[in-house]
Amino acid sequence: MVQADRLLLVFVQATEVKVNEVEFNPKFVCRMIPKLEWSALVQAADQLGHREELPGELVADYEKNEDFLKRVHRVLLEVEVIEGCLQCPESGREFPISRGIPNMLLSEDEA
Amino acid sequence: MKLKELESCLQQVDTFEEPKILLEQYPTSPHIAACMLYTIHNTFDDIEGKLVADLGCGCGVLSIGASMLDAGLCVGFDVDEDALEIFRRNAEEFELSNVDLLQCDLCHLEAEAYAQKFDTVIMNPPFGTKHNQGMDMKFLRAALTMANTAVYSLHKTSTREHIQKKATDWGVKMEVIAELRYDLPASYRFHKKKSVDIQVDFLRFSKA
Repeated sequence: MVQADRLLLVFVQATEVKVNEVEFNPKFVCRMIPKLEWSALVQAADQLGHREELPGELVADYEKNEDFLKRVHRVLLEVEVIEGCLQCPESGREFPISRGIPNMLLSEDEA
Repeated sequence: MKLKELESCLQQVDTFEEPKILLEQYPTSPHIAACMLYTIHNTFDDIEGKLVADLGCGCGVLSIGASMLDAGLCVGFDVDEDALEIFRRNAEEFELSNVDLLQCDLCHLEAEAYAQKFDTVIMNPPFGTKHNQGMDMKFLRAALTMANTAVYSLHKTSTREHIQKKATDWGVKMEVIAELRYDLPASYRFHKKKSVDIQVDFLRFSKA
């Protein structure tokens, strides 16, 4: 799927990051993992300074690895960018994040 | 959580301060929202522990309800930053950690990028009555692309046949779960009557 490929990588910068406490639901995290581009997740976590031992590649049998699932849970659901931006590596276009809400609106000539 | 409790909680959700007519903004009533969510949860088990999207989330009534029914994560999409700000405040006040907000234009969303990523999509989309004809179908198309299991949506009863035809074309099954009556209070300055009654279908779309 060509279009999905384009969103494989994204650059993220943050001037404010918050770590929330979110109830850990291992089944939910397990089901989220196949939906993710693992390398993109790791890269984003790295850019935010919150990678914390997240492996560069998906571990095998992660369903039973609670330690691993907790690390994914933390990065996926607890680490929140409050102020910052996302950048498309192809176009360089930046999408601001403010008060935790990314703004993906394109201008008239971009759409 | 019982239906009455859910409805009671949703009554606390702050809604639009100055609804934008062209975006067809009006809040989904706590009663309708609670009934919808309760059905989605109890009859179909499409909320708890699921990844849910709320398209055209506005101030977040549906998302907040889904969150309270223990959605794994509920992501709200809306084009209007004022509405999203109210939603954000609501989420903060309710201390909800399983909601995320995103500002985007569903007409220009590359829904393919989210293809089948969400378990469930719930929405109360614009009906396309304010110089935005066809908006309901645009929302529906995006929702069907994004959902893996089911789409729950509200549409004018008068469009039921048209939507059924489209659903068949798109290879999806459509069920009318309930018929509702919207009692829209005169939320726009030009409404002459005290309230407007609209007949609305609560629809469920799933794989054929």
